[in-house]
Amino acid sequence: MLEVKNLHASIEGNEILKGIDLKINSGEVHAIMGPNGSGKSTLAQVLAGREEYEVTDGEVMYNGNNLLELSPEDRAREGIFLAFQYPIEIPGVSNTNLLKTALNEIRKYKGEEELDTFDFLALLKEKIKLVDLDQSFLKRSVNEGFSGGEKKRNEIFQLAVLSPKLAILDETDSGLDIDALKVVANGVNKLKTKDNATLVVTHYQRLLNYIVPDFVHVLHDGKIVKSGGKELALELEDIGYDWIKNGSPEVVK
Amino acid sequence: MEKNITNFKEQFISYYRDFEDGLNGESTPELNCLRQKALETFNELPLPTTKDEEWRYTNISPLLKHNFSVASKESKLSKDQLSQYQFDKLRSHQLVFVNGNFSSEYSKLNNLPEGVIIGSLSNAIKNSPEIVEKHFGKYAGNEHQIFTALSTAYTKDGAFVYVPDGKVIEDSVHIIFITSKAKEKIITQPRNLFVAGKNSQLTIIEHFVSDNENIHFTNSVTEIFTDENATFDHIKLQEESKKSFHIARMEVDQERYSNFRSFSFSKGASIARNNFNSKFNDESSECTLNGLFLIENEQLFDAHTLIDHAKPHCNSHELYIGILDDQAKGVFNGKVLVRQDAQKTNAFQKNNNIILSDDALVNTKPQLEIFADDVKCSHGATIGQLDEEAKFYLKSRGIGEQNATAILLNAFATDVITPIKVDPVRKHIKNILSKRFKH
Repeated sequence: MLEVKNLHASIEGNEILKGIDLKINSGEVHAIMGPNGSGKSTLAQVLAGREEYEVTDGEVMYNGNNLLELSPEDRAREGIFLAFQYPIEIPGVSNTNLLKTALNEIRKYKGEEELDTFDFLALLKEKIKLVDLDQSFLKRSVNEGFSGGEKKRNEIFQLAVLSPKLAILDETDSGLDIDALKVVANGVNKLKTKDNATLVVTHYQRLLNYIVPDFVHVLHDGKIVKSGGKELALELEDIGYDWIKNGSPEVVK
Repeated sequence: MEKNITNFKEQFISYYRDFEDGLNGESTPELNCLRQKALETFNELPLPTTKDEEWRYTNISPLLKHNFSVASKESKLSKDQLSQYQFDKLRSHQLVFVNGNFSSEYSKLNNLPEGVIIGSLSNAIKNSPEIVEKHFGKYAGNEHQIFTALSTAYTKDGAFVYVPDGKVIEDSVHIIFITSKAKEKIITQPRNLFVAGKNSQLTIIEHFVSDNENIHFTNSVTEIFTDENATFDHIKLQEESKKSFHIARMEVDQERYSNFRSFSFSKGASIARNNFNSKFNDESSECTLNGLFLIENEQLFDAHTLIDHAKPHCNSHELYIGILDDQAKGVFNGKVLVRQDAQKTNAFQKNNNIILSDDALVNTKPQLEIFADDVKCSHGATIGQLDEEAKFYLKSRGIGEQNATAILLNAFATDVITPIKVDPVRKHIKNILSKRFKH
């Protein structure tokens, strides 16, 4: 589904990603872990098409297309969804309005009919239950005045409505208490099918107790320094990230 | 330059005799006297320059370069042409003025409660002179106001609405002022008078349009009287040719417990200057002055407002929103005057602007002058750009550039759009916001 080859990206002249290789197939859950400043969020943003980042080398193929040539909106229409680390507040724009416009633009892009209002509202009401948010959130302005946990749940709610092929969760767990974490993870797990994939970007192993990854990659200084199965996350939990800073990843068996 | 200014005044003074001769039933001794005095005032007053504090950021010399002919003949419109200015699904009484002249052919009224008058000022002068004389020229004085003096001198026609005590007009009154194609550059001077009796209620839409993109000049004066406990919703839509000049004044006189709500939308004219003033003559009244202007290229929009809290226990709310592109220029000068008597005043005023280009400019001056000591007042102004983070967020959900911009502009203007009570007008404004900007 997604194949990243030797991806280099920089912002304002500072190179953040220094040669990432990553391959994600349908039905898989990948976790990217790493200390602060390792480039985890940058990778997520670059995949979503954030224009501030300049891709200086490498390529990203997504379902056979060159992803880097697509605008952010076309990436979303092709099925990429980024759950933001810091969801943006947009006063004056209701959640419903955002989702209706988004869903209809995606459908139009695919050559499908617009969803009628009745079916659309039914869809919203069904999906909002997944993340345990009250229906009153539908009418509220996007993320405005939401608590940290509500914002993250709202991201997963949007994910559920738009049902992308590749969901990228950027630190969706940070700042959440354990109950909210379970709600978010449960939402993500219920949406998992053999046709879609999830890329979980996280600092902590904790989330991976609930969203169990097939592959774990450790990112350090813009490069993936180690990849493994779900047990790698547990090892990291035990020994922390100091070993990579000391330049001896061999410590990990 | 000096020559141009002389010509500008000269043309109206020398033409005046012809204008007077052309008056029919609109000629009464009282009005003629007012007209004459106004012409003298017009002659005496200097034309404003940027050295005048009130015109500091609005240079009207481009207007003064032109010779305008006082339109005298009505132009024909096709029905189709008119329909593009009407709102679908709006039940309304419709008054149409073509090049300043009332058109009985295109105007239509639904059933009206007894005693309500909706029509032209020229008919009102003939048929209800006592009402006209009681209110006309009482609120919009000519002192220091050269364009009002010009309007008063050339008073001939405009919209006239009178609602007697206790009557409610359910359908909106939609007044279309259309400047139609003409060989010359024409000036139209609608002179409107709206009188709302005690406990009455009405909604008026003043809608200014051009059927061409030519140079013309609209000099409009509206006087409004809201008697005790009257509720008056006023909407002004200015969508004239982008080469035109639009100078407008609205004076509102509010009695006890009256509620006046105004929304002004402006997207036309190369120079649009609005003076909107409201005065509380008695206690416990409420006034809302909202506005939205949407300008591009080298357009200039100017709003000068004054809310005069002369009496206690009154509330005023004012919010002007500007969206500017290219080299457009916005001017906001909002004054709230709280006189010594006006205890327990609540006055809130704000001007928020969004600039979509590097070269657009806003001069904003919210002013509070408070002479009472037990009041709650606030004012403020902001100038900013479209939130790029928010835009990326929308795009990352699959929403394209144009829709993302439209959504954010609608959100920015939501505090002035949402309170518009006339649904088709609210949709019209939202639609314009959605379609206009392609950044």
